[in-house]
Amino acid sequence: MIVDLRLEASHLGKTFNQRVIFREVSFAVGTGETLLVTGRNGSGKSTLLKILAHVLTPSQGLVRLLSEGRNPGGSLRHLIGFVSPYLNLYDEFSARENLQFALSIRGMHNEGSAIDRLLERVSLGGFKDTAVRVFSSGMRQRLKYAFALVHNPPLLLLDEPMANLDQEGRGFVQELMAERGKEGLLVVATNDETEVERNHVRVHIDAFH
Amino acid sequence: MSECISMPSIDRSSAQWFTAAAAIFRKDWQSELRTRYAISALIMFVVSTIAIVIFAIGSESIPSDVLTGMLWVIIFFSSMSGLSRTFVAEEERGTVLTLQLLASPSVVLGGKLAFNFVLVLSLNIFAVALYSLLVSEFLIVTLSIFWITILLGSMGLAAAATIIAAIIAKANTKGTLFPVLSLPILLPLLVVVINATRLAGEGAPFEDAVREFQFLIAYIVVVVTVSQLLFDYIWTD
Repeated sequence: MIVDLRLEASHLGKTFNQRVIFREVSFAVGTGETLLVTGRNGSGKSTLLKILAHVLTPSQGLVRLLSEGRNPGGSLRHLIGFVSPYLNLYDEFSARENLQFALSIRGMHNEGSAIDRLLERVSLGGFKDTAVRVFSSGMRQRLKYAFALVHNPPLLLLDEPMANLDQEGRGFVQELMAERGKEGLLVVATNDETEVERNHVRVHIDAFH
Repeated sequence: MSECISMPSIDRSSAQWFTAAAAIFRKDWQSELRTRYAISALIMFVVSTIAIVIFAIGSESIPSDVLTGMLWVIIFFSSMSGLSRTFVAEEERGTVLTLQLLASPSVVLGGKLAFNFVLVLSLNIFAVALYSLLVSEFLIVTLSIFWITILLGSMGLAAAATIIAAIIAKANTKGTLFPVLSLPILLPLLVVVINATRLAGEGAPFEDAVREFQFLIAYIVVVVTVSQLLFDYIWTD
């Protein structure tokens, strides 16, 4: 997928039951850039990422994803990969079946055993046919990366990217972020700035409670 | 920039829509075959309610219109025990976000509706077979009326149960809320299917049931249309 992206947010705000989570968040980033989202616990970093992933609607403001280039799926969902602590995969299915579902729902095929290669890359090659219910929290986090990358999206949203990962897993994520920070568009929500390379656009969210 | 995409997104082609809905349908069947949660609950409910009906009837002679009513009582309550599972399971497993990332709300609703329809149709065929076998006085004369009623009744039940399941999945008291919310919405459907089944039992000609079929088709169209309009709000926030 060759897509040039621009992600723009203007005066973004979110309110849950009259409780302001955040407001007046604005930024614009494009392909080759990394957006770092920081803020206290409960300041709404995860909520902001869900809005950017288009699974939550903002209470105020506008978020736009502009794309130029080839998008074979034609859908916004083909452009976004999302890793989050709130994301769960299907426990009764194997790692391979979960990724196969993610492809088939997008009308894509497992060309050239792409799923197997991806599972090898996230060090789950030996657990392709193992039910997710027996996975440790670190293995689940690795599978979430495979799930986010299986359709090769140009926009990657990472919420607490290093959660539950061991040294090897952290190395993989660092490598992925370096790669995606150059070739794609990367959004990272974390309070540990050492996880992200220096050249990034930063947006800090103030807590309203 | 040549292309601008902003919320809400709409999948471009209907072929894509069907492919995605079929993937959700297949995923739900595979999941159900492995966990057997809904199937076990539905079968147990059908078997136990039919057993209770047989014990209650004893050697009494029951009018056929009462027997047709009892069949739909069994079908209604059995459906209530399993049809909510399709959305409640996603909520309990925490996989709602996963589905939201993968597909548009209308695709999710389409896939879940198809799953519930096949599930309730299979359940109804099983319930009819068992009921006919064990309740000897239950006789159907006009088979065409009867099977069209079962087909349209299953479709109506699945359509209403799917959107109610989506609503109650967000609530804390899921189990009790489902039949409570379902009854007023399904009552018009139940009245008509019971009447159509009675006509089938009395041997009425096919033309006599056309009005019932028209009502059932209208009911399905209205419920599916309202569900599509409502589901965006239920599913997104």
